[in-house]
Amino acid sequence: MTVTDVRKDLTTLTMMVVSEWDAPIARVWQLWADPRKLERWWGPPTYPATVVEHDLRPGGKVSYFMTGPEGEQHHGWWKVVGVEEPHRLDLEDGFADTEGKPDDAMPTTQFTVTFAELPSGATRMLIETRFPSREAMEQMIEMGMEEGLAAAMGQIDAILAAV
Amino acid sequence: MVVGELRATEAVRTDLLFHALADATRRDIVRLVLQGEHSVSDLARRYPMSFAAVQKHVAVLERADLITKHQRGRERIVRGRIDAVRDVNRLLDELEASWRDRMQRFGDVLAEPDEGEHP
Repeated sequence: MTVTDVRKDLTTLTMMVVSEWDAPIARVWQLWADPRKLERWWGPPTYPATVVEHDLRPGGKVSYFMTGPEGEQHHGWWKVVGVEEPHRLDLEDGFADTEGKPDDAMPTTQFTVTFAELPSGATRMLIETRFPSREAMEQMIEMGMEEGLAAAMGQIDAILAAV
Repeated sequence: MVVGELRATEAVRTDLLFHALADATRRDIVRLVLQGEHSVSDLARRYPMSFAAVQKHVAVLERADLITKHQRGRERIVRGRIDAVRDVNRLLDELEASWRDRMQRFGDVLAEPDEGEHP
């Protein structure tokens, strides 16, 4: 397992996911900085993500959509709040309408991702997620669960294909 | 996607819950009364504020369903509602599961050779 720790704080509604990767920091950073790499892990196999815009600079915007099994598209965006390559990313993640325009009625999530080189040459990545409210968290999870189910189905397909 | 259809009552409850947990004294009261019952006057003695101020905090917590209050003799007894706290915890568990899946995929992409051909 690469996820080494998950810390959740009930009262402040934050979650910290700590992971360690046997790869140099620059390579781990590339999975966020290269849109073709990012889109391969951000969405589950049956809800693949397509990154449309990718301007990873302070004030910049990343826009993407995820395509569901019926061909339906779910649009999302990041507002890039801060970037310190290859050590830190501050992002705001939100939903958009079908034209990719940010949906103001939907909640957004704040992310802080930090990257640290370990003495072994491995990289530690910390993702901190902050929710504005429980309502926001519920909406995010409702969407995430749909994707999670799709991911599980995708894994079964992969196993069947390998037989 | 069926989102944005949270019932009004649920939305109101959420607001109450968040408002209630946003204050350090109220969080402390919740922690205390989850461990055991306390009377309002007993709670009032623990904090450097007026009885009325503590009473007000207790009322906010009660509206958010985080605690219940009942009369015993001349005392009003406060008890924490573990279900309400578990509710928030369950949501965080679901979120953790979706991030663990995402990190699994992150590892898969990272393990690929640098030329990065798609499989």
